[in-house]
Order: sequence, then C-alpha cells, then structure tokens
Amino acid sequence: MIHSLFLINHLGDIFLEKHWKSVISRSVCDYFFEAREKAVDPENVPPVLQTPHHYLISIYRGKLFFLSVIQTEVPPLFVIEFLHRVADTFQDYFGGCSESVISDNVVIVYELLEEMLDNGFPLATESNVLKEMIRPPNILRSVVNTLTGGSNVGETLPQGQLSNIPWRRAGVKYTNNEAYFDVTEEIDAIVDKSGTTVSAEIQGVIEACVKLSGMPDLTMSFMNPRLLDDVSFHPCVRFRRWESERILSFIPPDGNFTLMTYHISSQNLVAIPVYVKQSISFFEAGSCGRLDITIGPKQTMGKTVEDLKVTVHMPKAVLNANLTASQGNYTYDFTTKLLVWDIGKLNPQKLPNLRGSLSMQTGVPNPEENPSLNIDLKIQQLAISGLKVSRLDMYGETYKPFKGVKYVTKAGKFQVRT
Amino acid sequence: MQEWANQLCENRQFGSKMTDSKYFTTTKKGEIFELKAELNSDKKEKKKEAVKKVIASMTVGKDVSALFPDVVNCMQTDNLELKKLVYLYLMNYAKSQPDMAIMAVNTFVKDCEDPNPLIRALAVRTMGCIRVDKITEYLCEPLRKCLKDEDPYVRKTAAVCVAKLHDINAQLVEDQGFLDTLKDLISDSNPMVVANAVAALSEIAESHPNSNLMDLNPQTINKLLTALNECTEWGQIFILDCLANYTPRDDRESQSICERVTPRLSHANSAVVLSAVKVLMKFMEMLPKDLDYYGTLLKKLAPPLVTLLSAEPELQYVALRNINLIVQRRPEILKHEMKVFFVKYNDPIYVKLEKLDIMIRLASQANIAQVLAELKEYATEVDVDFVRKAVRAIGRCAIKVEQSAERCVSTLLDLIQTKVNYVVQEAIVVIKDIFRKYPNKYESVIATLCENLDSLDEPEARAAMIWIVGEYAERIDNADELLESFLEGFHDESTQVQLQLLTAIVKLFLKKPTETQELVQQVLSLATQDSDNPDLRDRGYIYWRLLSTDPVAAKEVVLAEKPLISEETDLIEPTLLEELICHIGTLASVYHKPPSAFVEGSRGVQHKRLPGSTESGESESPDTASAAAVSDAPPAVIPSQGDLLGDLLNLDLTPPTTTGPPPPASSGMQMGAMDLLGGGLDSLPPIPLRMDTPQSPQLPHQSPSPPDYSPTELGGDLGGSPAIGAGFGAPPAAMPASFSAPVSGGLDDLFDLGGGVGMPMGAYSAPKTVWLPALKAKGLEISGTFARRSGVIQMEMTLTNKAMSVMTDFAIQFNRNSFGLAPAGPLQVLTPLSPNQTIEVTLPLNTVGPVMKMEPLNNLQVAVKNNIDVFYFSCQYPISMLFVEDGKMERQVFLATWKDIPNDSEAQFQIKDCHLSSDAASNKLQGSNIFTIAKRTVDGQDMLYQSMKLTNGIWVLTEMRVQAGNPVYTVSLKCRAAEVSQWVFQSYEAVLKN
Repeated sequence: MIHSLFLINHLGDIFLEKHWKSVISRSVCDYFFEAREKAVDPENVPPVLQTPHHYLISIYRGKLFFLSVIQTEVPPLFVIEFLHRVADTFQDYFGGCSESVISDNVVIVYELLEEMLDNGFPLATESNVLKEMIRPPNILRSVVNTLTGGSNVGETLPQGQLSNIPWRRAGVKYTNNEAYFDVTEEIDAIVDKSGTTVSAEIQGVIEACVKLSGMPDLTMSFMNPRLLDDVSFHPCVRFRRWESERILSFIPPDGNFTLMTYHISSQNLVAIPVYVKQSISFFEAGSCGRLDITIGPKQTMGKTVEDLKVTVHMPKAVLNANLTASQGNYTYDFTTKLLVWDIGKLNPQKLPNLRGSLSMQTGVPNPEENPSLNIDLKIQQLAISGLKVSRLDMYGETYKPFKGVKYVTKAGKFQVRT
Repeated sequence: MQEWANQLCENRQFGSKMTDSKYFTTTKKGEIFELKAELNSDKKEKKKEAVKKVIASMTVGKDVSALFPDVVNCMQTDNLELKKLVYLYLMNYAKSQPDMAIMAVNTFVKDCEDPNPLIRALAVRTMGCIRVDKITEYLCEPLRKCLKDEDPYVRKTAAVCVAKLHDINAQLVEDQGFLDTLKDLISDSNPMVVANAVAALSEIAESHPNSNLMDLNPQTINKLLTALNECTEWGQIFILDCLANYTPRDDRESQSICERVTPRLSHANSAVVLSAVKVLMKFMEMLPKDLDYYGTLLKKLAPPLVTLLSAEPELQYVALRNINLIVQRRPEILKHEMKVFFVKYNDPIYVKLEKLDIMIRLASQANIAQVLAELKEYATEVDVDFVRKAVRAIGRCAIKVEQSAERCVSTLLDLIQTKVNYVVQEAIVVIKDIFRKYPNKYESVIATLCENLDSLDEPEARAAMIWIVGEYAERIDNADELLESFLEGFHDESTQVQLQLLTAIVKLFLKKPTETQELVQQVLSLATQDSDNPDLRDRGYIYWRLLSTDPVAAKEVVLAEKPLISEETDLIEPTLLEELICHIGTLASVYHKPPSAFVEGSRGVQHKRLPGSTESGESESPDTASAAAVSDAPPAVIPSQGDLLGDLLNLDLTPPTTTGPPPPASSGMQMGAMDLLGGGLDSLPPIPLRMDTPQSPQLPHQSPSPPDYSPTELGGDLGGSPAIGAGFGAPPAAMPASFSAPVSGGLDDLFDLGGGVGMPMGAYSAPKTVWLPALKAKGLEISGTFARRSGVIQMEMTLTNKAMSVMTDFAIQFNRNSFGLAPAGPLQVLTPLSPNQTIEVTLPLNTVGPVMKMEPLNNLQVAVKNNIDVFYFSCQYPISMLFVEDGKMERQVFLATWKDIPNDSEAQFQIKDCHLSSDAASNKLQGSNIFTIAKRTVDGQDMLYQSMKLTNGIWVLTEMRVQAGNPVYTVSLKCRAAEVSQWVFQSYEAVLKN
C-alpha cells in the first residue's frame, strides 16, 4: 500500500512530505531526481521507478510531481488513480494545485491527506464526504474562525459515508433547484500530409452540476444511444438499467461531478471539422525556409468554428519566423521553438492563411524531422458524434427543477503531419 | 480574465495573513523555544495555532520531536480539530519517543469509549498507527470493542487497524483471535466494512503466504460479489484482486462470476477496470471456446482497454504494459484496434515506446500497410530513442509478416538514403536480421549497405555489417578489402565486433581460400596471441585447430545452414506469460517479471497459474505447482561445470585472465572445446562436437539482435575446406609450443615437495573405481578411491599405462573445491611407467587449499599431467573422510545445539536392510569418526545420539533409531549447513553396509 507521499516542485525541491506508516527518509527521492535529470522534460519521467528497496510511482500535474513511495506489491494504477484524486481534491478545495497554494494551506492539506488514506488504504476520497469532515477554506470563514474560535473540522460523522449512496449527503436544500449537464466532445485525430485521416476518435464526457434538494432520482435518455458502446460511469449510475434499457438512471451527488465518459473509436466514422493545407520546406542553400498554411471548414454541421489556433513545434535550427497572417496573430518563441497562430473564428468565405519565410541557423544541416501541426478549435452547440440527450426526468421529489443541457466540441490531440 | 486574476492576487495579498504560510515564519529567538511557550499557553486558540505551526514544520521534514511532551499535553481537549492535529503529530513521532507515547495511552483508551463514533474511530485508527510495541498491549481491548462496534464507520476503521497491528506484532494478533473476527467481518452487512476486511486480510496474507487466511469457497465468493456492487471504488479493487485468486470449480461457476464482474469494466476508475480485466482473463481460461458467452466476453474486453488509453499518460503507461501481455495471450481481443496505438507526437516518450511495441505485436497482413506507413513517419521524429525503435520495428514487421518483407526492405532502404547517422546504423542492424530470416532473397541491397560502411560507429551496427559481409562474401567482390579495413584497428573494436570479424574472415577464407590466407592468419594471431579476452581467444583457437586438422569438417561446421530466426523470440516465454496474466494490474505486470523475482520481502510468493480449461481436465495440483516453484529457483551460487573447467585450464595455460565473461552455459560443448585445447583432438572426433550444438539450451540463431557472437555459434561456425590444408603448416605447429611451455613450467614446481606413505587400515573406504578411462587419456587409465587413515586423508590411485610408449613426469593438481582439498605432496611416481605396467600411488591430502562451493558438494576436479599431455577428470569423495577424530561433542553441548537448530532444518533418512545391532553399528560408525554420545532405549527402540565434525569445523548432529528385528534404521540429522545432510547420509549407508 501507499507508504509515503512527497510533493516536489519543478525545481526539484521537496516541499511537503507525508508518511502513513513509518517515516521514510527523503533521500529515497534521489532515484527520482536521477530519472528526472535523464528524462530532460518533466513530462517524460517514467511513472514507475524501481529502487533497491522501494518503488516510486509518480504523476506530473500542474508543474508538480506527486511522488508516492511503496514497499510491497500493489496495483500501480491504484496508486496513480489515487494520486490524481489527491490532486483533484486540492484543486477542488483551493481552486488550484500549485506549490504556493499548497503551502498556504498546509495544515488543511495535511488533514486531508490523513483523511484520504489510512495505513495506505484509501478512506474517504469523495469530495462531498471530505468537505463535511474538513471544510474548505474561505476568507470569510477564517475571519469568523479567528473571531469565534471555531474550527474548520466537522464535528460529526458525515451521514452519507456509510449509506448505500456514499456520494450524496443527506438533507440538501436549495431555493433554486437546478441541474445542468455539459456534453463535451474532444476529437483526437492524426491527419497525414496528404489530408487523409490516419486515425480519429472522440473522447466524450458529460459533466454535471446538480443542485437539487432532497434525494432526487434522475433518468437521462438519449436520441441515439447506439453510439455509446464504450462508456464508464460515475458509481451513482445504475449499470443494469443501462444494460437493459440504455437509460442513465442515478441519484446524483450534490454539486459538480462527472456523470459519464465515453469513447467513440476510430472504427466509426468521425467527422473532421476542418482541413489544413500546408507546406513547410527548408532550403539548405539560403539557410531559410518557407511556410504556408491555410485552414478551411470541412464537416462543421453548419456551425461556426471558434477559438481556432495552430501550434507548430519547429525544429531546433529555426531561428525566427517572418510571416503574414491574413487573420489573427502569430507568435514565435525562440526558446521553446513554438509557433502559435491564434486565428479566432473561422470565416468560410475568407479562409485564414499564414505564409512567409523562416530564418535558419547557418551551417547546420537541414532538419531531419517534419514539424507537426497541432490544431485547437471549439464548436458550440454541437456534439460532433451526433449524440443528443432526449429527456431528463426526476423522480422522488415533488418540486420542478430547472434543467439544461449544453453541447460543445473541441479538438483534443488533433495533429496534422507535414 | 486578466482582471479577475489581478483581483485574485490582491485578495491573496490581503489574505496572506490568513493562510498557513505564516506558520513558516520564524523569529530570531529560536523557533522551538517559542513554540514550547505557546504550546503551554492557557489560551486555547494560541495552543491550536502553535500545534499548527508544529505540524507545518513537520510537513517540510523539520525535526520537531523535541516538543513531544508539550504537544501531548494538548491532547486532552474537547476541540476536535486540536485533537486531530495532536494525533497527526503523535503518529509521526511516537516511534522515536516510545516512553512519552505511553503518556498518551490513557486518552486513547478513553476516546475509544466516546459517544461520538468519529472520535472512537479516530482514536483506534491513530493508536494503530503508533508503531510502538508498548502501546500495542493497551490497544487490544479497545480494538476488540471497536471491531464489534454498532457503527459501521468504526468497524471499518478497526478492520484496517488489525492489519496495522499485525504488521507490528503478528503473534499478538493471532493470539488475541483478531484474525477470526476479521474473517467474520467479510459477512458484515455493510459493504465498506466488507471491503476493508478484505483489504486487511489481503495485506496480512501477502506477508504470510501460507497462512491460508483467505479461505475462498463458493459462499465467501458470493458474499464478495454482492459487496462488489455496493462498496467504494477502492474496495472494489481489493475485492476483485481477491477474487482473482479463486479457482472456480467448473466452467459454469466461472461463467457466472464473469457475468457478475463484467459491469466493472465500465467503471470510471481505471484500476477497477484493470482488476476486472484480470479476473476475466483468468476465468476465461476455463470457458469452452465454442461457448457463445466466450465470444461475447472477448468482445466486451476490447472497449475498456481502449478507453484506458485516453486517460492521463501515467495511467496509459501502466495500461499499455498490461495490454502488451494481453495481446500476447489473446491477440484476438484487440486485433481491430490498431489505430488507437498510433503514436501522437506529444505523447511522453515512455508511452510512445510502449505503443510501438504493441503495434508490432498486432501487425498482421491485414494492417501491415498502415503500420509501415506509420513507422516510416516515426522514423523522422526528433527523439532518437524512439526513432531507433521505430526502425527496429520495421525489421520486426518484416520478420513477422512474410508478405510485407519486401515492402519493409524498401522502406529501410529509403531510410538509409536519408543518411541520418543513427537511422542508417539501426537500419543495417535490422536488415541483418531480415537476411537471417529470408536468406538469399534481398542481397541486391548489399551494395547500398556497403556504401555506408564508413559512417558506422556503433559496435552493433559494425558487427551486423561485418556479419553480412562474411555471410555473403562470395557475392561481394571486395569482401577481403572491406574486412581488412576493419582489421586495422582490431584492438580498438569492442568484443562483439572482434568476434564477428574473426568469424567473418574465417567464412571468407573458406569461401575464397586462395586470396585470403594471409588475412585469416593475421586475424587468428590477433585473436589468439594479442588478445586477453578468453572468449575471443578460445574461438580463435578452435577455428585454428579445426582449419588445420579437418578442413572438410570445418567447412561443414562454419558454413552450416543456420536455423531461421522468427518473431517468437520477442514473445514472453509462455509459462511466465501465464503467471503474469494472473498478476495483471500489479507491479509484476509493469516489469514483466514474476513477483518473486523482484518484490522486496516477498516471503515465498506463490507462483500463480492460470486455471486449465475444463476440457483439458483437472487443474494443476498444488504439488506440481510447488515443484515448479522450486525448479524456478536460480542456482546462483554454484558456477557451472564449464566455468570450473575453464578455471582449471586457465591455471595451466596462461597467466590468469579473470576478467572475461563466464564461458557458455552448454557444458557438453564446453568439455569438447576444452578437450580440443588440451590436445585431446585425436581421441575426440569432431562429430560429437557438432552434435552438441543443436541440443544446447539457448538458440541464439533465433534471436534477432546479436548474430554470431553467441557461444553456440562457435560450434556452428567451425569449419574448413579441402583445398586449404597446405596453408596451415605453420600456425598449428607454433601453437602447442606456445602453451605447452607454461604448462610444464607450472606443474614442475609441484615436484619439489616430499610425499607421504600408506597408513594402516581403520575406517571404511570404498573400492576403487575408474576415474579416467584410457580411451580419454591417450592410454593412461586412472582408478582410485579416498580413505582416511590415522587422521590423514588419502587419495589412493592405480595408474595403468595402456599405451604403447613409456610415460614419465607425472604431476597432479586439484581445482578449487568445497572443502579446500589439496595434495599435501607431489604425486610419487618415481619410475617411468612402461606399457602395460600398473602402479599403486597414495597421495596424502590436506584441507588448506582454496575453497569454492561445488555441485555436487563433494565433487573434485583433478588435472593429471604426464609427458604426453594434461588430462582432466572429476570424481566424488565420500564425505566421511572429512570427519575428524575430535568429533565427539559434550552431552550438554549436544543437547543445547540440537535445540538451538530450528526443526525445519532437520533432515530424516532411512537406511534399509541393515541387520546390525545398535552396538555393532555404533562401533562401526566410530571407526569412521562418527561418535555415539548417548544411547537411550524406549519401548525396545534404541536411540543413538551421535555427532561428527568436518574438517572445516561444521558439526553434524544425528539421532539414529534402531528397533531390534527391524532392518530399517531411521536417522534424523541436524546441521547448520544443511547442504551436507545428504552426503552424511550417504556415508552412513556406506559405512553401515560394509
């Protein structure tokens, strides 16, 4: 089980440690630092490391490493999931997960860690339950606490924790009862230089914000549930009902949560909303290069493409870019070699274009690699897979809630090779 | 947005006094001093702030243990937050201040009775975390109460506490009966309690693999499956992992468990998903393949595995390592999902490499075009490691999918044209493998490869290129020039290049003998005379011998048709794969090693096996499983036979070269090789040598990476040609001279010493047996035995000359052995041994020679030299000759020692058909220095207590039971060095029966 946790910032300083069993010297992290050094980029540090006496399992979130030390055989996914949960909880409590935020709230962090894990076993990881045991900080409360001597620790046992619905607390009350659902789809695609789609898939997620009094029992049905053959649900969803009727039936947690995620594989036909015409070439002779990128709409289902952005990771030898954009702005960061072209809204009548020359380091052979283009975009009011919620019903309570569903499509890992 | 951020910043500045960072500010007076004062303050609020400061210091690793008494004083409070903080502190420091921790016990015990379940649970939980022996005694009563508490929150906390306590004091937990209570909790009404009980039991079971804690039967399985639906995600992981250890009775039970587990595949927590996959992969083995449900299950497994790949990169990595196992076991699950493994350029490198591996495993004729296009794309990426692996992958595709080979080769040629140095080198290495899979098919590309010869700077690429040149020497006009160019810097090359160069030039010579004589002589002398690498030298000598004695055989051997390589070599060995499938989701699956191989403190991890399908009959019996476990144990300490012979040889031939890697594993082969070197060529025809090769355990031909430098290739490559005998007059003549000199020199020293003479009889000694047959030693036959006479160990030998010529100049030497046996004097053969003459020689031995553990323990390797040659043989000596005369132990000492040696190191033997009375037996044993210390008669059964001592001071204690009229004796034996037991037993048997 999880033995200890170290939080390490991007400079390699350990700024927090927590031990659930005996104290392990922080020198154990040296093995990690060694691997960190070798990996060059922090993203590339292998998540599971073996040392003579321990295993180090780490995640990299928000420029911080969460490094756990374990001593016995334990499922690594279990540890990684838990570490992400810790990071999520910090995010939830403090609105951020940076070193300064954590140091500012170190005592609460410590109390949280103690509450989340007992002897290496996860204890309470549901944010609802945690918030009843340890109240999240806010300025008003700390002022009140200082004046009245109150504390931020709950005095009673959270009621929900041991019921059959541990994710919901009892006695929830709202004056405005409302339930909002955001259907967000991200397109992960690889398009090769000729414009053919190499692979494309959709990662979908339904996020919910439910503020309903009492114990509401909700059902959600879809126009085209056939699309969903690869799904994972929040524990509140009744799986049998889904299997037999393709209906989501659940008693929701209070507040924000992820209702379900789904995956639409590359075997289905995935619509690609934009096409890219590009040519990037380098000439050895003049130690310069040319770049020409045009973007146009492809399958947008009649909606507007917004927040369009192209990022190109240039080869090392590219010193500067001298380009003209027909729309939007571009920046080239010399140190990171990132060319970012922020386009904004895509106008089908006047296609955005970026062209010009690249200046190269002289005397260096032509770059071997071809830079890839990363596309970011957003389409409001559209789930590109065609998924649509048909009904949302509530049982168990008598009031009439306000309901809403919003759709948005984004580019996930959308790459165009050159 | 920007505005909002600014506002936030301001708020933060305003609120900075409100945050916990203030706890880090220090004053000049000395932090500890100040904190102490605050902790003892009367104001509750000040106390709390002070404890917070202490905790803050603790989180950054500062030592605040000096404040222990002051913090403990704050413990008795009704403020829950303060109490929690103090508990936090206690857990961290109680271990370093055990006496102080006792002070806290009373409060703990009181809190365990508190009406608030939160406080009860907190108290029992904290007590369990304080790893101090003294506290554990006080913990038992409160814990017992809490395990039966009315509140499930307290019960589930208490369940974990049992595991904590077990970790500190296992005996106590067992004595107090907590384990049974814990087992009862599996049937608890609350699913969280069940989950925690399972988790606690699993953890305890892991440290005590034989405790049989998790007694899984259909009833408990049913309870677990019910709890599975209701407990938290973490609890589900524990329950699924526990289920995976169960073996269903038949395929119907297996199917019903699978049906109840499949909903977990849709869980949001990836660890739950993977644990469910493990259960399904395991239980699927039991389902008949023609069952509809089997097909359904296969289909259901694919989507969740694919979904894991859209998670965070760390999760992806673990998932990919597991998918790698799954596609090897059941490729059909993911055969249509190739595209999800395509690499994105911003994947972390560790994910990229794993994806690539799986792409190759999934490559088939149907998707190869796509895969190749992708691989070609990857070969132009930035990351060098990744590019290399991509190029290698193209080669593996060619080997795996025959239809694609041509495409792969042309892709590789395209890549070579890029002239990117590491791409070219990597391409050449894989093209070599393609040649080995499809010989004589793609030589047209050799010309292109040769163009790039100069740019190769990595040993592996150089070796590969040299192999290609040697293999296809007849088609490369300037092969000799090419190889010669490498030869110039021979000594600067790495070993693998040197070995390759040697073999390639010999191949070239056999193919084009006329032009390359000089070259081959040059390389042979470089390898044998100027190199201190034993591998290289040995291979050089063997070629040399082979070429000079039987060129026809040489040609047959060196240019023999080699087995084709296949993709199989990349696969994990099936039994290991089966075991790893049982460990899906664990560290073992990430490292692709069985847990026993690397998990620290895995006390006797049990090897897991997949259950057999019902068609194939009964599942594995525990006996065979444990037998397999035993055979898996590596014979680490004991070096292989070949190694020892090598040592022996190095002793004589040259100054010791201990730096070389150990010689090959195939001992038969090694023997042959050594005989060759020793000059035994006449008596050892070359044919058996070749026969050894295919039997050797490793088949390096099949390994795609290193081609010729593996030891077995040696056998496969020896050879000669009829046309070349002439060229070899000089080298073989020169060679024996070059090493016979040091041999005699070394052995001559032995003759200076004086020797011993025969001793009167006393102990039993075995009749002589033939150690060295005349056939193997050019007419010298040696038979002999060992004896201990009057306290001196002797080797008694009969030397017979069965050859036609006179033998003189005898000398003897031993290899290092288990008990440091060494000749105490030279071998006394004073007169020359004429043909058909026999001579008896007695050689006194001592035990002060160098020691090395042998297998078997009593093995002795001997070298005997005469004027003709050096011969090697090995023999086994009875361990009884090492029993010394003062081996009688004091009774008291005997008793104490017997008790002191743990019972599990007791060995028991039976001696059958022995008709001596106990006294006669005792006398007989005494003659061999086995002393009877005491005798006891119980129910007509004589118990003899005996002791003996070995020359190296090891005591052996035995109890021998003799029943009048029963010819079977029972001997129980205890010894701190358990290895000797069986040999002692052999001695008993030998002594008593003669």
